[in-house]
Amino acid sequence: MLDTKPDEGYTTADGRQIGGVAMEMKNITLRFGGVVAIKDISFDIRWGEIRAIIGPNGAGKSSMLNVISGFYHPQDGEVWYKGYRRARMRPYQVARTGIARTFQNIALFEGMSVLDNIMTGRLNLMNAGFISQAMWWGKAAREEEEHREKVEKVIDFLEIQHIRKTPVARLPYGLKKRVELARALAAEPSILLLDEPMAGMNVEEKEDMSRFILDVNDEFNTTIVLIEHDMGVVMDLSDRVVVMDYGKKIGDGTPDEVRNNEEVIKAYLGVEHD
Amino acid sequence: MIYREAGDFKTSYAADNQTFPIRGDRVAYYLVIAFAFLVVPFFINDYWANSIVLPFLIYAIAALGLNILIGYCGQLSLGSGAFMAVGAYATFKLTVAFPGMSIVFVILLAGLVTAAVGVLFGLPSLRIKGFYLAVATLAAQFFLIWLFTQQPWFYNNSPTGMISMPTREFLGYPVTGARASAVSMYLFCLMFAVALAWLARNLTRGTMGRKWMAIRDMDIAAEIIGVNPMLAKLSAFAVSSFFIGVAGALLFGVYLGAVEAGEAFGIDKSFLILFMVIIGGLGSILGSFLGAAFLIVGPVLLKLLLVNQLGWPSDLAAHLEIMIVGALILVVLILEPHGMTALWRTIKEKLRLWPFPH
Repeated sequence: MLDTKPDEGYTTADGRQIGGVAMEMKNITLRFGGVVAIKDISFDIRWGEIRAIIGPNGAGKSSMLNVISGFYHPQDGEVWYKGYRRARMRPYQVARTGIARTFQNIALFEGMSVLDNIMTGRLNLMNAGFISQAMWWGKAAREEEEHREKVEKVIDFLEIQHIRKTPVARLPYGLKKRVELARALAAEPSILLLDEPMAGMNVEEKEDMSRFILDVNDEFNTTIVLIEHDMGVVMDLSDRVVVMDYGKKIGDGTPDEVRNNEEVIKAYLGVEHD
Repeated sequence: MIYREAGDFKTSYAADNQTFPIRGDRVAYYLVIAFAFLVVPFFINDYWANSIVLPFLIYAIAALGLNILIGYCGQLSLGSGAFMAVGAYATFKLTVAFPGMSIVFVILLAGLVTAAVGVLFGLPSLRIKGFYLAVATLAAQFFLIWLFTQQPWFYNNSPTGMISMPTREFLGYPVTGARASAVSMYLFCLMFAVALAWLARNLTRGTMGRKWMAIRDMDIAAEIIGVNPMLAKLSAFAVSSFFIGVAGALLFGVYLGAVEAGEAFGIDKSFLILFMVIIGGLGSILGSFLGAAFLIVGPVLLKLLLVNQLGWPSDLAAHLEIMIVGALILVVLILEPHGMTALWRTIKEKLRLWPFPH
């Protein structure tokens, strides 16, 4: 069991201190015409934790992530972030509140180099004016250098120095996933959303990615929300898990609690009919 | 082994980010600039200026502008001819209304007017993209040309419907009108071309350029990482139209001297500039110059070869010229779909290892 106190968070089994509520989803309902993708779901995300959302295909996990990143607007329900109810926002406005994400199907900018791709992650932190940029004088040039240094740290962290100047289109799948994570990390997000970061990877790449996720959480204290199909990975990585099925929440708690939850077992393994 | 990057170590991010990281490139660039400013003026005559150099410089500016829009921001436009007309007519109206205003200032203002018009016609890009946007920008082409040919206010009620540029001086030398010499016109256009190319490079290497390219490569992802798509697209339209407007102003003021909108800035101009951008290389500053050179200098050289060297009749040569240039366009695009800059890049990669195969 968690020793959860309402406002102060809890301590995990490995001794990490989890903070209070960072984001709270309250009774979210999302419909596409007649299809109900998310049905009245509530859960919270706490500062510093790794929160997983799992469920069978079509359960509404990605839709949930899209609601958080402002890509979909739920018909009902509220998103509370940093203690305030979030007004309806465009995705780029959400990004500026410190939420970064990666995509299930890699969404890198194929025509740019790895370095430029990661630099785009810092766009919101750079604010040199038009004239300064056009003249490449003063702030623009200075800023470029400062942010390059930050980006180099991320590159170093994710061990992709050797492909810095390579066009993204030439990279293999596993590295592309890592570059995408680098771009999200470069934004220095408070909450990082990862949509199936390990889809289509082999065991070794999965291990690398898991290590990076844990390191990010540990080193930068980034709150991570994660969708993943690989149960082993999810159960090992995450502090708390939300289980969805057909748009409904059927379980919420620590990996152990979820593993023993009857409804979850029913959804994943099926039950015997006598 | 003059041209190589081995041994050229960078010790700061600024040095790593510079436009020409390889020393050979840097030297070549300064040599070309010095040659253009210090040597060419002594040899240029009316023939070379009017048949090759001036149109090359002016269309290179237009190609730069369109390259920013299509090559960097991924927004297709077929309205460049009309935007050039806006630059030309704005120059005419401004310089006639304020004869004392410096011609450089007039041309820059004309560019700003074009930028505003470009933003207006760029608004559809917020809802539609790709070929559909190209068709929407056609509206600009036809509407603006209609405006300039049918509304007498724009050509000051001149009976021929044409506008003509009065003589204007820059630093004491006439650069427009009949008295302008080849050297002064050349240096005037060169100044604009170099300054605008430098501006384009700066805008595309930093935050602005990355926003444009992000929108080009994947607009949804760009929005998710925090690019405001409206600002990015409209700023690309504004900057691009500014360049094209300045090109139109120079084409009218310096090169042609007198124009009629339908004839000088028709849809064929839009296509000509689009071809320059595609043949030169999308998303490349050098490509804009190469594309303009290919389509402006190529035909003239062919004509010189066929008529002056081989002695063919000039009407036959004129028809052959069109066919040969068309065939060359196909050859370049089949050899290298990404344009002449990609060809240059391949040559560079080969040069790195030459004379060894691996």
